[in-house]
Formats: sequence, structure tokens, C-alpha cells
Amino acid sequence: MRRLAFTNARLLDAASSLDTPGALLVEDGRIREFGPQLFHDGIPDDADTIDCNGWILAPGLIDMRVFTGEPGSEHRETLESASRAAAAGGITTMVVMPNTEPVIDEPSLVDFIKRRAAATASVRVLPMAALTRRLAGESMTEIGLLTEAGAVAFTDGDRTITNTRVMRLALAYASTFGALVVGHAEDPELSEGAAMNEGEFATRLGLPSAPPAAETIIVERDIRLVELTGARYHFGQISTRAALEAVVAAKSRGLPITCGVSACHLALNELDVGSYLTFRKVKPPLRSEADREAMVEGVAAGEIDVIVSSHDPQAADTKRQTFAHAAFGAIGLETLLPVTLQLFHNEKAGLLHLLATLTSTPARILGLESGRLARGLPADLVLFDPDEPFAVDSAALHSRARNTPFEGQTFQGRVHQTYVDGIRVFDHAAHR
Amino acid sequence: MRGVDGPILRTSHLLGTEQLSIDEITGLLDLAGSYVGLNRTGDRKHALLKGRTLVNMFFEASTRTQSSFELAAKRLGADVLNMSVGTSSVSKGETLLDTAATLNAMRPDILVVRHHDAGAAELLSRKVDCCVVNAGDGAHEHPTQALLDALTIRRRRGSFEGLIVAICGDILHSRVARSNIILLSKLGAQVRLVAPRTLLPARVECFGAEIHTDMDRGLAGADIVMMLRLQLERMSGAFVPSAREYFRFYGLDREKLRRAKPGVLVMHPGPMNRGIEIDSAVADNIEFSVIQEQVEMGVALRMAVLDALARGLPRDGRNAP
Repeated sequence: MRRLAFTNARLLDAASSLDTPGALLVEDGRIREFGPQLFHDGIPDDADTIDCNGWILAPGLIDMRVFTGEPGSEHRETLESASRAAAAGGITTMVVMPNTEPVIDEPSLVDFIKRRAAATASVRVLPMAALTRRLAGESMTEIGLLTEAGAVAFTDGDRTITNTRVMRLALAYASTFGALVVGHAEDPELSEGAAMNEGEFATRLGLPSAPPAAETIIVERDIRLVELTGARYHFGQISTRAALEAVVAAKSRGLPITCGVSACHLALNELDVGSYLTFRKVKPPLRSEADREAMVEGVAAGEIDVIVSSHDPQAADTKRQTFAHAAFGAIGLETLLPVTLQLFHNEKAGLLHLLATLTSTPARILGLESGRLARGLPADLVLFDPDEPFAVDSAALHSRARNTPFEGQTFQGRVHQTYVDGIRVFDHAAHR
Repeated sequence: MRGVDGPILRTSHLLGTEQLSIDEITGLLDLAGSYVGLNRTGDRKHALLKGRTLVNMFFEASTRTQSSFELAAKRLGADVLNMSVGTSSVSKGETLLDTAATLNAMRPDILVVRHHDAGAAELLSRKVDCCVVNAGDGAHEHPTQALLDALTIRRRRGSFEGLIVAICGDILHSRVARSNIILLSKLGAQVRLVAPRTLLPARVECFGAEIHTDMDRGLAGADIVMMLRLQLERMSGAFVPSAREYFRFYGLDREKLRRAKPGVLVMHPGPMNRGIEIDSAVADNIEFSVIQEQVEMGVALRMAVLDALARGLPRDGRNAP
């Protein structure tokens, strides 16, 4: 029996609203016991002790939106390299998108991801499968068989299904199996060729742009379709006030809808594109400051359910282009927690509330038992200091790609250690 | 059984099950039952419809229904004309009415029509002077199929009261399903519908049937399992992602059938897609499959329908001056 005693910790658990100094005991990879009184009679002799230094010990983070390059473009990112970045960011479960080569639209490919992850990745990897074959938006995938193979949700990733009839039938079919559908709201025709958000700044920069309505139109359409079909639906990420208002109204009507926001859209606005910084070219584009504020308020009000990294690794050659031609995407696994903590340090939201968006809420949406501290659960844990400042240095990141939009930026919140099944998968001390 | 040649039907057409009363249904089933016996004897030919003309007008190809009507009519001594009517590119309503006028001029007594559009039989019935039998109109009704299914069930089970009938598969596009839901519910059976959401029509609960998307639950305790055909073009991603997924979740195999009541009967209107909606091990097992029996009942039931309609015809023919 292998025992691990975390002492001198600040235990934080959103699911049970726990915030207390205390200790936690891991036995054979599972949480055995925790609380303020634990170890008052002494630490078991046979346990390895970890002094937490008063830092926060919380459930490992669950990131619902991660793109990797495996299979098909491993030069951008593999499951292994992404998992190292995730571990360094305190993420113990990453949900990977099906936008690979080949597309994850077959039960055997879901199995491939699971086997590759088991063989190479240091954190849990849960695959989402495509909602339509080859992400072509035409015919639905084998949602039943893919669910049995282990797909946790169905999505065309960063593609919007434009055919409303296809979307309706896919949602109706998904509802048959109680499957979760994750949508991307960006009208492709309205955003065709666009590199950034439509508005004054795009006009000054002379860049092709798409209006925020490209998002709202799809959000409102999909809400109607959910109303029609009863499917469980999650907007992978929204970025505008109008979209948020539509989602809030839909929720108040009792529809089974949730939504996420990317860390980028909480921290940056369209002005951050600055002098054509391609690392800040993301999908959907960075929005106006009013929209960014709406995203922050949405998180604080609990209207936005989860915060995601939208980690999208791009090779240097595709980013060293003119802004209009550069690839979309920004990495984010290692900055997800510090960016989220900005809302705490700016007094926008409390720690437990923010932690929920990264742990218990994504777990609930995905139907996972993890994302909380509870006896008997696998010991997926993150140990972090919420206050420690650091500057983002792309050279020190663990991802295979370097396209962080936060280069040189200072944040507070340092991940010190990460555990999956009670095994330490990241230790900041080892990297200093 | 009522009087040997008393009237059974109140109307001169059989357009659907919706309009049929319990008495009419029972009358038809009783009469059909007597034809089953006659069909099994050596002397199968009768002169009841001697001198009458039946026209089979099938706008949709169907070997088995058309042959079944043809055989039924011939056994009753009628002359049968099989009109080959291909789908025409001109406006369908117009073509149908033109065809109706032409037909009417030929003075048939009974017109059996199958058409890919709902309401086609009804439209024809208003334009011709003969009796019209609906042999399937779009996704609307197929009354003789439901009646022959009822006959098959009644002969095996005696009565319908309290029987749990699970109708599984493509309910959305199925006229067989609609006619059976209506007819079997009228007769006192408890109908369940089992299908993925994409194959269930909107507000299908209006028929009063129980709706299931999980086949195991839908089949639990069922006395009768009625499988529907899934057209090939519907399993390539629009309604159902693939044949293999359909078979896995909605195909009737021995394992799923185990949920049903012991002694369950398995039915299928044919033609079957083996390995898609039904496993051969189930379809061919005479212990519970009555699929071949349905075909036999079909001829007897259609004889009863033709007989019943002919009872309302003037002695000299419908179109006699």
C-alpha cells in the first residue's frame, strides 16, 4: 500500500464549497481522507509526506477544449507534449477535439486516441468525437457506437454545421443517446476570409473582419434547435455579450444548454492585436472591450459555466505570416489557471466560484465523477500558490508549440505540483 | 360470424384504418378467417367476383402487395388488370387525376392503388365511380397490412385486450406503423413505439402510444414485436449514421428479444433487411417468427376486403348505366 500525506495545505473544493486549512491522505492513488482535523494524531509512519507550504490543494483542472496535432500533425503537438503542458498548468484531464488527420469520426479512432494517451500521456485524455463525418457537416457520425468506444461528447470542433436540417437531425439523434453536443458558433459564410473582429480597429488596420453577429446568429439558431430536439448542448466557447444574453435567456427557459469561454477572451480584446500580432489571431476573434467585460461578468455571475484553454498549437511557419494569412489559434494549457486567477485578483469573482468553472462544473457537464475532493476518488490534484507572480516565457513552456498570446505578460498564480492517480506528473521545483 | 353475405363495410372504399369501426374490423377479420380455411383446401377458386374487374394501380413498385391483391381477386373469380404506371415528371396531382379519368372510362369495379404521396387514394376515391382500396399512400396508411397483421395476431393470441405490441424502427416514414398504431389501439392492444428520435415523427404521442428510444426498455414484457423496414437511403447519415450502428441499437437479435415476454411473436411487413433491422436467427426461427404467416394471412384478408366491398356494388357493376 502506497500512502501519500499532504500536510499544511489549504484545501479547496468547489463541489462542497470547502475552503479550509487541512491535510489530505492518498492511498493507492485514491483520496482516502481529508479535512482540517486529519493527522491531528500524527501522520502515518509509512506515508510519504508532502508539505504544501500553505498553498492551495484542489481537484486537478478539467480543460474541455484542447486541440492537439495527434494524429496527423505531430510536429505541432502530440498527446504526450500536450499532456506535459497540461500537467504544468495543473490540468489533470484534457478533453481533446476531433479535428485531426484523420478526423476522429470512427470508433476505432476513438480507441486509438485512448490507447495513445494511455501509452504516452501523463494526464487523463478524454476524446470528443466528430458530430459529422470528416467534419463535413453533411452526415452524422455513429454517436451510439462512438459513445460506447469512449467519446465523451460530439463536436465538429472549431467548425460550425451550416445545414440547419443536418444540425437538427444530429441533435435529435444525439438526444436518443443522451449524448452531449458541443457546438462552435461562427457563421462560416459571414466570417469567410475574416482575420479579426469587425469594428473601428479592424478598419484602421485594414484587415478583413467578421461581425460579432456571426456568433449570435448561430447561437440563436442552435438554441431553437435544442428547443426542438431536447438535446444536451454546450457552446464550446462564446465571445460576445449578445451570445451570452441569448444563452442566459435559453437557460432561464429551462433548456439543457451550457457554455464556455476561453481564457484568451477573458484576458484580451481586439486592441491586443496591436501591430498585427499573429499569436493573437484566434477563433473566434478577440472582441471589443465591452464584449470582454461581458465575458468576465458572465463568469462572475455563473452564466458562463466553464473556462477553457482552447489550446491550439500552431507551428512557427504558419504564424510567421501576414496577419490575414497566419493560422488561427493560441496555446493555453499552461496559462489557463493564472488567467482565470486574474478574475480573483481583480476582485471579479471568488476563488471557489472560479475553481468550479475549471473542475466541478466541467465534470458535471461531461458526466465525470472527478473534479472534486471526495473519499475514494482518484487522487487527481493540483497544488498551487494563487499569489506568486511570474512572467510568461514561451521558451520555458512545455508545449511543443510556442504560440502563446501572453508572452512576457505577468500573472499571479503558480502551479507547484500536479498529481494524477496520486502520481506526481509535474513538479515546479524540478524545473527551476 | 354475421350473416354470410350481409354488409360489413359502411363505405364503398377502404382508405385507412382511421375510419373503420370495431364492428367493421371484426367483420373483416371474421370473413378473412373463413378464407384462410378455404385457401388451405384444394378448392381455392370461387365465383363470387365473377364478371367483376379489379385494377391494380401501383405508382410505387411492390411485388408482394400487388401479387397478394391479384391472387386474392383471382381466387374470387375477378378479372385483374395490372396497370404499369411509372412515376412521371409532370405535376403529380395532374397526372393522377388524368389517370383517374382514363381509368374511370374503363369501368372497373375495384381500384387498388399505391402511391408515394399521402392522400392519393383519397383523392382518387373522389374522382372515380368504383371502389378504391388504399394499398399504401406515402407515409400515411396501409390499411390491408394492418388488418392482415391483426388477423395474424388474433389467430395466434385470440384477443387483443391488454396485448403489448412494440412497433420498432422507421416510424417516421412508415404507413404500416401508422395503420397498425391506429388499428391495434382500437382493438384494445397497448402499442409502444421504439425508434431513435430521428425516426419518430413530431408529436407522435398524439396516437396514444408509449414512446421509447431505448430498445431494451421498449421490448420489456412485449407480447408482439413488429419490426419495420429501414430504407437503405435512410441509413447513410441523414436519419441514422450507419447500418451497423442501427443494427447494434435497433436491430432485433436474440439478445434484445430476450427482454420480451416468453412466447413473443415477431412480425415484419417485408421485405426484410437482414442484419439491419432484423437478425436472420430471429427472422427464420419459427418458434416466434410469424413473418411467413403474415404473407398467407395477407391473401385471405384481401379476399375478405374485396368480398366486403363487392357486397356494396350494384349487381350489374358499379358503373352500369
